[in-house]
Amino acid sequence: MGFLDREHSVAGPGWSRWLVPPAALAVHLSIGQIYAYSVFNKPLSRLISGDVKAETGAPGDWSLLQVGLIFSVALFFLGASSALFGKWVEREGPRKTMFTSALLFCGGFLIAALGVSQHQLWLVLLGNGVIGGIGLGLGYISPVSTLIKWFPDRPGLATGMAIMGFGGGALIGSPLGTALMARFAGDGTLGVGSTFLIMGAVYFLFMLFGALMVRVPAEGWVPAGFVPKVNAAGGMISNHNVLVDQAFRTPQFWLLFAVLFLNVTAGIGVLGQASVMIQEMFSDKVLGAGNGVTAAAAAGFVGLLSIFNMGGRFFWSTTSDRLGRKPTYMIFFALGTVLYFLIPLFGTSANLILFVIGFCIIISMYGGGFATVPAYLRDLFGTANVGAIHGRLLLAWSAAAIVGPSLVNGFRDSQIKAGIPAAQAYSTVMYIMAGLLVIGFVTNLLIRPVASRYWASPQPTPPAGQQAAND
Amino acid sequence: MTNQTDTEQTSSLTYLAWLVPGIPLVWGVWQTLIKVAQLFQ
Repeated sequence: MGFLDREHSVAGPGWSRWLVPPAALAVHLSIGQIYAYSVFNKPLSRLISGDVKAETGAPGDWSLLQVGLIFSVALFFLGASSALFGKWVEREGPRKTMFTSALLFCGGFLIAALGVSQHQLWLVLLGNGVIGGIGLGLGYISPVSTLIKWFPDRPGLATGMAIMGFGGGALIGSPLGTALMARFAGDGTLGVGSTFLIMGAVYFLFMLFGALMVRVPAEGWVPAGFVPKVNAAGGMISNHNVLVDQAFRTPQFWLLFAVLFLNVTAGIGVLGQASVMIQEMFSDKVLGAGNGVTAAAAAGFVGLLSIFNMGGRFFWSTTSDRLGRKPTYMIFFALGTVLYFLIPLFGTSANLILFVIGFCIIISMYGGGFATVPAYLRDLFGTANVGAIHGRLLLAWSAAAIVGPSLVNGFRDSQIKAGIPAAQAYSTVMYIMAGLLVIGFVTNLLIRPVASRYWASPQPTPPAGQQAAND
Repeated sequence: MTNQTDTEQTSSLTYLAWLVPGIPLVWGVWQTLIKVAQLFQ
């Protein structure tokens, strides 16, 4: 399988770098399906009863709590594998990594299909959670690191193009999963088993396209006319590389870890509760009988948030090429704080339009935080090891995925137990989120250029004004 | 490597390559917008 090796994926003369983003997008759009996994939750919890509309399952059916574990395990293994295998990804190159990711992510679907047909939860957890989760981690960091190397002149645009796909994966995965389950509803597993098999095969072909199409730039390649800026943006853009183990020892890594953790925590909890929240804050009691937000309308709200989650990844990341990474995060934290303070006000004044606009902006910045952080890392630590460093930083995401939803759900439940009406129960949560974003603002303010003692070599990379190729 | 412009062949390959992720993405966004329309009804 020599064609998978890094040396066989080096771009030859005349290869356009604009062929690489579709390869990255194909992988990220596939693995982003995990964000739509919740479409399987209800059917998975009704496999024995066979009635997906039933209020409760039959004896022996898995509970929604058990089924919800699959998503959490997958996200945990995403963070863990990207941290563990980051160095391997950099060494072996994107083609082998993407191919391995496809085998694991799609193979996971096949194992999960077996688990569904045998009604063995551990097999589904192993397939979609553990093995699929490792595939997610490998597939997430590899395209990002590759695109940064192809677009040293616009790293924000590069990372935005790839990570936008991860946000957009849910937009495809959700209707595709729903349509396939409806088509194969009579297969004895409410269509879930067949859907997993088909999705495994389709996503494998899609990811294989990415693996075959991806190229790494030749040694010393830079885009035509590109001259690296020396000490640009007040020294925040470095031309020096830092090794991954050294990066781990810098205060900048941990400050950025906190920045990502706080930005994700503030968004992820609300994103998970969006449907319930809008129905409770704008119920018939608040808006008048018959005017409350229905479940179908709430699903529309969640869909709108998904579009802004995806669009924000591209918009903010690309914008950061002009504004700078640090100012972009300043906007996330400052604007996010203001909006989180205003949202309870929109709720009490029953202003649904402003509520929806406010959350769309917040979620666009949540996505933007994911997409901008690899470019921030590249600015601080150089291009050479950005994939491995990014992999370790993603542990902040895993941590936030646990803390964010616990904060939102925990405070909401305690408020309701204290007798506060559901419509107002979210106010405290919003103020806590605003507080987290204030801490994030200060943390981001503290980030300074990396000290020269951490640099891997005195030679700056990429070499200034060396070679030029196609743009 | 020298400073070159895209060949015609690479250029059309680029357009085709973008269609592969582009088509399912547009379909997914369209399906989502249909759901979103319910929010504003």
